[in-house]
Amino acid sequence: QLQLAVPVAVVFAPGSVPGDLPRPLPFRDVQEMEISVNLRAGVTSRHEMLYRSTTAREEAALGAATARETDAALHLLQDTSLGSLTVYVIPETSSLLPQGISTYVGKHRSALVRAGGGLAAFRARLQQLIQVMSFTASSIAAALSDRVPDSQLGPDARRHLKSSLGYEITFSLLNPDPKSHTVDWDIEEAVNRYVQPVLDKLSLVANFSVDSQILYYAVLGVTPRFDKESSSFLLSSHSLPHVINPVEARLGSSAASLYPVLNFLLYVPERSHSPLYIQDKDGAPVSTNAFHSPRWGGIMIYNVEAPASPQASLPLHVDVDMVRVMEVFLAQLRLLFGLSREELPPEFLVESPGNEGLADWELDHLLWAHTVENIATVSTTLTSLAQLLDKIGNIVIKDDVASEVYRAVASVQSAVAELATGHLHSAFQASKEAVTSSERAFFDPSLLHLLYFPDDQKFAIYIPLFLPMAVPILLSLAKIVREARQRKKDPTK
Amino acid sequence: GEMLAAAALLLLLAAAGPGRAQRDALREELLLSPLPAGDMAATFQFRTRWDADLQRGAVSHYRLFPKALGRLVAALGVRELHLALTQGFWRTQAWGQPPLQAPAGAELWVWFQPTVTDVDKAWKELSNILSGIFCASLNFIDSTNTVTPTASFKPLGLANGTDHHLLRYAVLPREVVCTENLTPWKKLLPCGSKAGLAVLLKAERLFHSSYHSQAVHIRPICRDASCLAVSWELRQTLTVVFDTFTSGQGKKDWSLFRMFSRTLTDACPLASQSRVYVDISPKNKEKELLEVTPPPASVHEAIVQGDKKIYAVYDLLSPSLFNTSRSLNVQLKWKRPQDSSDLPTPVLHAQRYVSGYGLQTGEISTLIYNTHPYRAFPVILLETVPWYLRLYAHTLTIITKGKENKPSYIHYQPAQDRRRPHLLEMLIQLPANSVTKITIQFERALLKWTEYPPDPNHGFYVGSSVLSALVPSVIAMKDADVEQSPLFTSLFPSSDGSSYFVRLYTEPLLVNLPTPDFSMPYNVICLTCTVVAVCYGSFYNLLTRTFHVEEPSRGGLAKRLANIIRKFRGVPPL
Repeated sequence: QLQLAVPVAVVFAPGSVPGDLPRPLPFRDVQEMEISVNLRAGVTSRHEMLYRSTTAREEAALGAATARETDAALHLLQDTSLGSLTVYVIPETSSLLPQGISTYVGKHRSALVRAGGGLAAFRARLQQLIQVMSFTASSIAAALSDRVPDSQLGPDARRHLKSSLGYEITFSLLNPDPKSHTVDWDIEEAVNRYVQPVLDKLSLVANFSVDSQILYYAVLGVTPRFDKESSSFLLSSHSLPHVINPVEARLGSSAASLYPVLNFLLYVPERSHSPLYIQDKDGAPVSTNAFHSPRWGGIMIYNVEAPASPQASLPLHVDVDMVRVMEVFLAQLRLLFGLSREELPPEFLVESPGNEGLADWELDHLLWAHTVENIATVSTTLTSLAQLLDKIGNIVIKDDVASEVYRAVASVQSAVAELATGHLHSAFQASKEAVTSSERAFFDPSLLHLLYFPDDQKFAIYIPLFLPMAVPILLSLAKIVREARQRKKDPTK
Repeated sequence: GEMLAAAALLLLLAAAGPGRAQRDALREELLLSPLPAGDMAATFQFRTRWDADLQRGAVSHYRLFPKALGRLVAALGVRELHLALTQGFWRTQAWGQPPLQAPAGAELWVWFQPTVTDVDKAWKELSNILSGIFCASLNFIDSTNTVTPTASFKPLGLANGTDHHLLRYAVLPREVVCTENLTPWKKLLPCGSKAGLAVLLKAERLFHSSYHSQAVHIRPICRDASCLAVSWELRQTLTVVFDTFTSGQGKKDWSLFRMFSRTLTDACPLASQSRVYVDISPKNKEKELLEVTPPPASVHEAIVQGDKKIYAVYDLLSPSLFNTSRSLNVQLKWKRPQDSSDLPTPVLHAQRYVSGYGLQTGEISTLIYNTHPYRAFPVILLETVPWYLRLYAHTLTIITKGKENKPSYIHYQPAQDRRRPHLLEMLIQLPANSVTKITIQFERALLKWTEYPPDPNHGFYVGSSVLSALVPSVIAMKDADVEQSPLFTSLFPSSDGSSYFVRLYTEPLLVNLPTPDFSMPYNVICLTCTVVAVCYGSFYNLLTRTFHVEEPSRGGLAKRLANIIRKFRGVPPL
């Protein structure tokens, strides 16, 4: 039984305290909520609230002109441990938030909420805000997608990457027609400027490595359809699943590491097939001209403008506009990590994360989900290991394998305990260690079940002994049966 | 030559475009050379050069250099990597000196960076990853077939310090090379097999040949003459020998189409050089006997391996080549039948065989020939013998012209059972016009029953021995030649103009080991079990049956029934 505790501080600015508070400030309160995963297991989410009024410095910070400045000023005063949240309640009449916006989510781990509307409505709003900034029932269900029945999962649940200790990100430029186009991209600069800040922020979650390559004569798996009206080529959405396979053979998997690979492909269509557009289900062209494949990566089609004069000499030199490309790839990266911001209610205002590409609370969101997923993975791994041992009785467990199993169990227990007390960071670290230990134990070469003779084969070897010995026994058994029957038939004897 | 170089330079600039100068370049070459015995050797070479230091920099951005190999070099601290997969054996005596020979099976030798602390671990990891990349059984490389030669393999690239502890060498003679190894090799080429010379690489023709060898060489080289910075060079080479004589109904004429069932239509658009060389050197000082069509645009003369060679050169990047016809199909015709009675013998060649009878002892003999009329030269011989052939080092004899020849350097590392093989390295002086015979006796070990490979009666392979020598040249070479001339001349270092480097491999050996009858345990089980079961059966019968004397029967069932009834009634039975 998993319990996730989120420490939340609710800070009331003067003039915002609701009239019907049950107790005088400050006081503590706990709200528990059950998230059912499947029939047997469930996850309890526990919001540990501390209600208090503002300090003098916080009051000063709340006096700033805009919400953004307030957020920056408040950040210096906060407890910055991972997973903890601070909600500032401001008076209903405050001009800090624009009209029609009741909730503002900052760049860090705090939010501003406009007071008003009674205690019950306020509590509901608070609940919703905390879920957005930590985890929702659906994000936990997605993290446990292996155990949740399919009917409970949303369509996006299987999009997120599995939790892993590291990821490899590969940017590939596909140029199927090097005779007509020489394509140059300044990937090094683009990675340093746009991708690296995000990865620096994510380095807490996993190790990342980035590389890039250019592949020539790599073509998509489907031939696009020519559309006379727009004199362009179209890829319909139902043919997209067939696009990746032939390209994938050329991408070259990462032979030197075991981490999952995220592929981002930039495809420059050949001259005879350009311009090329992707159509969505309704037949309208997709504005970004890109699509992503769950747990695999993304593809963007980059059309080259036809030269002004038809006599322009080939090959045509193309310099890729990396800002446009990276915008799409970063959005896809966020989607793959399950950090889309689309499902928020309209009265929420979310501060853009700026150069870092990721707000602190989004990082927490990822950590909650990954910690839960890691714990589930470890329990699955250890369960299947136990099943293997049950199946093969004479398997040899070496001391180092046993110690890895003990370590995994200890780490996973400490991760569960840390989650229940709201220490997200140490819980995540412990769950990572548990995954490492359990995988090492499970994939130990001595545990290969083919190394052990199945019992039925041992029996087969001794068939020449058992069979002739069985013959007289069976014969006499048959005789006994026959005599018994005889006796029954003739009880008078 | 000058004009061509200028044209190549122009094309290179054009390919680089108006943007920044490219830091990598690709050169593709194909050398077609008729062999003395009537076969045709085609040698492809794709050279990718990258002006970047692979060892540094966390983020790597690849263009022409394949990412899979680049990451491998960077991650495992590889300084130099040479991998060759070969099917068949290069017959030096009949075919002459090979441009680049490789032993039958798989050969891998790697120099690691001095920063690598655990070389054995890196070597194990490297061979496993390479076996994944090339679909070869390189994962069978372990300590029992890995050696660290002290003198035979020097780094071919830029190196300061040659501490041979950083070197690992292994040969798998049993490895079979086929299409599944060729496909990943082709995938490493920037143009794949879609354009350029690589369109000729059609698997069904390449493996229908007498010899097929594909190789990958990675090494650091000087970026320019001052050598202040390092560039990395990847050479992918493929050598194939076609038997044109038998496939061409006794004629030795050939064409590209006949050999590869393809013709050339364009150069790889990414290559800065793309050329086909045809060896048209006159043999035996006779007048030109052969005719090449289409007529080559230029002719290149070079001294390769001590021989003056004349090459017809086709530059695929020159626009005039495809003006007249859309494709290039190089053809060669002999004007009159050539008698192949007098084959020119190469200066250095060697032979190896196993002798002896029975399954207990045997002898490995190696014959090394020096046919140079007046020059003696030294040769380094490297023998790697698996541990299950126990060499008797005291029986090592080296005999030249009837006299004992004492090696000037000898390095012998005895084997350890199931741990490491024998390693024998010797520097032997070969007198002019001589045959040197090296023999060593061995005893065959009896393996444990789990150590036998599938089909143990086929025998066990012993890898080729390696001969490395600086062979004196008949014709003096000029230094300038080396950079200009095609293919492999720039791979091996040349000490001076008077000699050239040759590395030869002898035949792999097939040795029979005493092999038990593997069905015996089961037979024994069956037999004993049957005996036990029969004994058990009779004992069981003896113990469980009750014996009684049978009364002579009087009457049938009716009578017995009547008797029983009578007994009940108290009347005496019938």
